[in-house]
Amino acid sequence: MTSHLDGNVLAGALSELTGSDPTDTMSQCLGCHDVAPLAAELVYGNPDAWVVRCRHCDDVLLVVVHHDTATVVTLDGVRWWTELD
Amino acid sequence: MVEATRLTATGRSLMLDVPGWGGNLAGQHADVRLTAPDGYQAVRSYSIASADDGDRLEIAVDRLPDGEVSPFLVDAIEVGDQVEIRGPLGGWFVWRPEEIEPVLLIGGGSGVVPLMAMVRAHEAAGSPAPFHLVYSVRSPDDAFFAEELAGATGVDVTWIYTRRAPSDWPRPAGRLAATDLQALESSGGQTPSVFVCGPTGFVEAVADTLVAIGHDPARIKTERFGGA
Repeated sequence: MTSHLDGNVLAGALSELTGSDPTDTMSQCLGCHDVAPLAAELVYGNPDAWVVRCRHCDDVLLVVVHHDTATVVTLDGVRWWTELD
Repeated sequence: MVEATRLTATGRSLMLDVPGWGGNLAGQHADVRLTAPDGYQAVRSYSIASADDGDRLEIAVDRLPDGEVSPFLVDAIEVGDQVEIRGPLGGWFVWRPEEIEPVLLIGGGSGVVPLMAMVRAHEAAGSPAPFHLVYSVRSPDDAFFAEELAGATGVDVTWIYTRRAPSDWPRPAGRLAATDLQALESSGGQTPSVFVCGPTGFVEAVADTLVAIGHDPARIKTERFGGA
């Protein structure tokens, strides 16, 4: 895959971890403080390893890596993360 | 897989029977996982063209030349074969029948698939929400669901042909432009909610154009797809 996608593509992988749909989860970028739903953020990589970047400043928000037995998610660039009802 | 229909030279609709699926919202997608005999697995996301509460769902797939999963779904899988499905997925890029504000749908290529689910849900619900679909395709031969859209009620459809238009078509072939979208603007009143789906370049060009002609970015929802 040469281009980026968006957070919609992470619905399957992340819902297995959180038990709910992540695409309308709002988060704030630690770098620029932009607030957006995951679906609107930019996603690079492939189904084995995704990097999610802020739609506004391009900083890395989170990384999702699949290993044989586990999925590891790091949220280093996220200031806060919340689900809306 | 219980039924398959060829849509275009590279596109195919697959009807899947999934006991316990329980239906999906219009605009949601499903992950399809294939496992090779040697254990190698590949997962890709496909939008769902259907929207109802049953255990059958329709996905429509366009074959990508360098794809890992789409060539199998378009050319190889046969009625009776099984695939693994995860879903329904996504609660953001969806249209719900209780929403009554005007809606503008803009699809590029097979990006029309989740929008088709919205058109179908809108028609099935007898929704009063004004619906307008702008569908950008290379040529008439590349259109998914053309016949069904011609007969759909409650939705206006604007066709944009980017490389070859029908001979009697008033608009020359070319990419979707600001003037095309402005022409829609003047025919409506209230600012619509917008759903844009297609290849990344298409989606970003359309979203930028919409903002440039005055749409509220907060009311534009986008879904990009790439190589699969």
